[in-house]
Amino acid sequence: MSSSKRSTIIVEQLRKQQMLESLSRGKRLDGRNFESYRDLEIEIGIIDKANGSAKVKLGNTEVLAGVKVETGEPFEGLENKGALIMSAEVLPTASSHVEPGPPDEEAIELSRVVDRGVRESKMLDLDKLSLIPGKIVYTIFVDCSIINSDGNLLDATSYAVVSALLTCKLPVYEVQGDKVVDTGNIMPPPITTIPISVTAVRIGDSVLLDPTMEEEACMDARLTITTQSDGDLVALQKGYTGPFAITEILRSAEIARIKGEEIRSKIKGLNETG
Amino acid sequence: MCKHLKELTLIDENGKRSDDRGIDDLRQIKITVGVVKNADGSAFIEFGKNKIIVAVYGPREVHPKHMALPDRCVLRCRYHMSPFSTDTRKNPAPSRREVEISKVMRESLEPSLILSDYPRAVIDVFVEVLQADGGSRCAGINAASVALADAGINMRDLVSACASGRLGDNIVLDINDLEDKEGDADMPVAYLPNMDQITLLQLDGKLSPNQFNECLNKAIHGCKLVYEIQKEALMKKYFGNEMELKEEV
Repeated sequence: MSSSKRSTIIVEQLRKQQMLESLSRGKRLDGRNFESYRDLEIEIGIIDKANGSAKVKLGNTEVLAGVKVETGEPFEGLENKGALIMSAEVLPTASSHVEPGPPDEEAIELSRVVDRGVRESKMLDLDKLSLIPGKIVYTIFVDCSIINSDGNLLDATSYAVVSALLTCKLPVYEVQGDKVVDTGNIMPPPITTIPISVTAVRIGDSVLLDPTMEEEACMDARLTITTQSDGDLVALQKGYTGPFAITEILRSAEIARIKGEEIRSKIKGLNETG
Repeated sequence: MCKHLKELTLIDENGKRSDDRGIDDLRQIKITVGVVKNADGSAFIEFGKNKIIVAVYGPREVHPKHMALPDRCVLRCRYHMSPFSTDTRKNPAPSRREVEISKVMRESLEPSLILSDYPRAVIDVFVEVLQADGGSRCAGINAASVALADAGINMRDLVSACASGRLGDNIVLDINDLEDKEGDADMPVAYLPNMDQITLLQLDGKLSPNQFNECLNKAIHGCKLVYEIQKEALMKKYFGNEMELKEEV
């Protein structure tokens, strides 16, 4: 074992101690309240070649989501539905810890949790995205690139995906026999609801929203709660190595609904201004 | 067509489900401890039609060495489905789903273990799903926790897992394969019964705030039932002869 590793652990423990002390006085190291988010900036339509795109800045975390629409075969067992395929990559630009390569466990969990929110809420009405039932359907790819990582990638990526989908334009296809032809027209996507995720982490006895990378380095457990427009829960994911008390979970679900609605109204506004 | 099927089979007018259970019934569960001779600890669980074998190796030396942690043990977990375990053959290469389940499974077990007792070592948990029937991650966690106990790893508590979910207006315990595919929500939960803490919580599907509360309570109730079966399985391996003797007396 190298001595550098030992010193890292001592530094980690000191940092956690400092964090716990600050939290016990009700303060986060960046001065925020436990339940406040960092500044959220969303820019849409920044990639001309994509059918929809959004760049989200949540504090220093920066995520870009792009929507590409193609036609293809439906998934097995879902013959009359459009296909939705999501991926996320933490780019090597994101921090000094990232190395290029296939997505690791974290990146796979990230894209699957974001996907779960969109899919389970039925944000996109996939029934309306079938062209020739059983043969040709819309295939919607949503790919996310994490450009800079400063914690809470789950929420930042989720907001980027939802904003890109909400503001994307689908090509209109015409069915001619057993073929489909691009008419050159575009239409808005069939949106039914807006899923919003809210991530809470527990550090010691404190539960905080929207953790920074520094806070994530000290966290004991993480909980991501996705609600849709009517306030119903559509997806949950508990992560990291510590447990949660039941009261903490119920309280977080309550906060996720309130906070989710705040963020939702901001994202809803995109279509009107854009 | 799906809707018709759902109304027809998921829950009938007598409150019976597709496999004849009531809304609060668990499937048949059987756990056998110490089934893999070479492993340090092992367990086999039959959870409804799920058949899952878990082997634990460790604490042992870490390879590659740079993964070792100076202050605690590394826990690794591999959830894998055999190609013949599902209706259509499953590609044996690890899928994204299996990578995610391996991760949440490891994180659900970790709070129960005292890993600081084994610095610089690794504990490997191999979960092999021989037959899948919905709820395999919960069944796998139950068997893994028992296998870890069988391996003699220092623990704070067992981990007990059970899913609850929603079929229409009914909140039901222990979702099976059909209910997972056709039902409205599936919420797997893992729980430390003595510490009253949640170590795994996931949700696929819609629940209102009240339904969520009901679902969580129901799942925890299920976990407590599973806990008794886990304890019994361990008792049987380690005190089996004594138990039989008592019965004879």
